Order: sequence, then C-alpha cells, then structure tokens
Amino acid sequence: MVGNCEQVWREISNYLESDLDPVLRAGMDEHLKQCPHCRAILEGTRNVIQIYGDERLFQVPLGFSWRLRHKLAAAKPAWRSVGFGWLVAAAAMALIVAGFFLANSYSSRPTVLSHMAAPIRPLPPDLVVVVAENGKLFHLAKCSYIHAEGRPVRIMTAREALHEGYMPCVRCLGEYVVKVAMDFVYRAAHSSRSA
Amino acid sequence: MSASGSVEKPAPKADVKAIGQNAGPKDLTNEDALIRRVQNGERDLFYELVQPYERRLYAAAFSILRNPHDAEDAAQEAILKALKNIRQFRFEARFSTWLIQITINEARMRRRKEHAEIMEPIGEYREDEGTYTPRDFADWREIPSESLERTEVRELLLEALASLGAKYREIFILRDVNHLSIEEVSGMLGISRASVKTRLLRARLMLRDLLAPKMSSGWFSSPSLPKGEKPW
Repeated sequence: MVGNCEQVWREISNYLESDLDPVLRAGMDEHLKQCPHCRAILEGTRNVIQIYGDERLFQVPLGFSWRLRHKLAAAKPAWRSVGFGWLVAAAAMALIVAGFFLANSYSSRPTVLSHMAAPIRPLPPDLVVVVAENGKLFHLAKCSYIHAEGRPVRIMTAREALHEGYMPCVRCLGEYVVKVAMDFVYRAAHSSRSA
Repeated sequence: MSASGSVEKPAPKADVKAIGQNAGPKDLTNEDALIRRVQNGERDLFYELVQPYERRLYAAAFSILRNPHDAEDAAQEAILKALKNIRQFRFEARFSTWLIQITINEARMRRRKEHAEIMEPIGEYREDEGTYTPRDFADWREIPSESLERTEVRELLLEALASLGAKYREIFILRDVNHLSIEEVSGMLGISRASVKTRLLRARLMLRDLLAPKMSSGWFSSPSLPKGEKPW
C-alpha cells in the first residue's frame, strides 16, 4: 500500500511507463482511487507526454527540407574537398619537375640536323685562334676557310673568342679536336704496349 | 463523473512506450541497406536516409538553442557533418541515435560559442535531490487533438518547454519528443540512468504545473462565438 502522495509523485513516470513492481503498482492504483489530487497529477503528466510526443508540435520551419537538399547538393564529396587539393598540388609539382628535367635534357643534348652544326668539344681554352672582322667564327691560323678578304684579323684565345660570341669553325677546329683525340689514343696505346 | 467529482478520462489509446515506437523508420533493414549504399558512394541517397528524422533533429537542436533559426542551422549543419562522416557509422547504435548525438553536439558547441548558458533559467543548477512537489492540482482534462492545430496552443507549449532549465529540457525532448530509451539518453548525455529518470520526472511535473492551470481553465478550447457576436 502506498501511504502518502509524495510516494505517488516519485513514481508517476515509472507508473506511466509500466516500469513498476506489481505490488507497488497495485498500491498506487489503490491510492489513486481515493486521492483526486494525485489523480489530477497523474492525468496531467500523461497529457504532457502525449501532447509533446505529437508530431504536429515540433514542425520544422517552412522551407527547411528545400534548404537542406540544396545544402546537401552543394556539399562536395569528401574525397574532393579534402584529398582533391593535395592531388592538384602533387600533379602541379610533378609537372614542374618534369618540365625542369625536360628543359635540362634539351639544353645538354641539342638536336642538330648535321654534324657540321655540332659544337666542338673539348676545346683547349688557351688555344690561340684567329677571328676575322665582321666574321662569326673563330679559326686556327692555318685554316683555309677564313674569309677575311683583306679585312683585319684579331688573335685571341679560344676562351676569349667564345666569350665574345664567336663560334668555332667546324672544319679546322673539328679536325684539330679529332687529331688531338687520335694522338691521345695513339700515345695511350703505345705506352701500354711498351709497358 | 467519478465519486470524487473528477471527470473520468477514457483509457489512453496507446501506452507511452508504444508512442515512442511509432516514431522510427518504417523498415530498419531497408535503412541499413540505404546506409551501406551511401557509404559506398551513392551520396544522392543521403537525403532519403535523413528525411524521416528532420523533425526530431530540429527538435533536439531546439531543445538546446531555444531559437527556430539557430535550431535549423544547427540541425542542417549536423546533417552535413553526418554525410561527411557516414563511413564512420558502424551500425553499433541506431542511425537515428547517431544523428541525434551529432545534432546535440553541434547545438551545444553553438551554445558555448554564444555563451547562451548565461541566459538559462535560474533553476538550471538546482539540485535534483528531494521529491518535487506539484504547485497546482488543477484537473487537466483530455486535450482535443485539434488544439495542436492552433498556433497559440503550440506557442504556449513551446514557451513552457523553453522555460525549463537546459538539463531538464534536453532530457525531456530526447525521451518524450524524440522517443529515445532511458539507456540511450543516459549514454548520449553521459549521465547515470537514475539521473535521467529523476530529471525526466521533474521535467514532466514542472511542465504539468505550467500547463495544467491554463489547460484546465479552458483557455485553449474556448468556444468560438457566432459570427457578429462579441462578448462585450
């Protein structure tokens, strides 16, 4: 038997949710039959639960769904919003590095249409060469392709000539480089044979 | 009429627990399948997944922020976060519970930012100890279902709810509006099951105290006057 109203008030939630010991529930039923105040509290509490549980009470604001769908449509996929930026940065870096290497490879190994246009290397920097005035090439002094035709010539080193923008004559200096190389090979072969 | 003079009410159509069970999705198996499809990249299906819970998420946000605009922003932001983190959902809890948890976190974060807790009712930090004593014993009669269609009744109910302290309001909305179980509310708010039950009881009794005098006086169900007639 439930003796006083306070006990009933304490257990009203459990009573409404059928979460009570059967003996206690029977005692509450007995009390409620006799107590109009507790009955009013019980019914009022039941009304509170029912009216607030009604779906019509909490209506979302007008246009809520439309705005939500719009936001969802505008939201970019996670892989795009987070990873995509890194992917773009990595691709850009790869392009820069590739471009750098490509440019380097072209400058170190230029494509030439003829062996005549190929630069002559190695050329001793202190080699004495001759340049004709208004000419574009520098030559060895004995070169038959100096087209000075009465114009004055200047004598300088190969380094100075290159510095002033003259290009080596592929005939005389090409022959010179080949000869030097052949001499070097010959001497190396001779010395190894004698050893 | 009963012997004590009070009006006998008809038995409730549904038990409180049964009311809660009606609020979930129609088919949880379909929901699981839908979740997996969204997790596998079919993001366009996400709205279909959250649409049944829009109202409950809005209510959860409203319980904390007490403002329709802020509640909408918080609920929608929470839904966007859920979409972003959908792959983290492991089916260990109900999808609705997971969504509500995200919404509660989002709303609380916004409240902290705005320092809104300063504006909480005075009774917010009152101890839960002791029995709550009802202030009024007015007999609140059966509520006509049409009353909820009336704006002034809805406003009265929302005002009464907003006047509760946050710790009562949140639990009441999670349990009686969103129909979560006591265990789910306990886990979500990080408080004991006993505390949830105590605060829930207080919230219900406080709301009854606020509403019963107005409801019992027929304030909400005054008969409409014939056209052209005025009471003065």
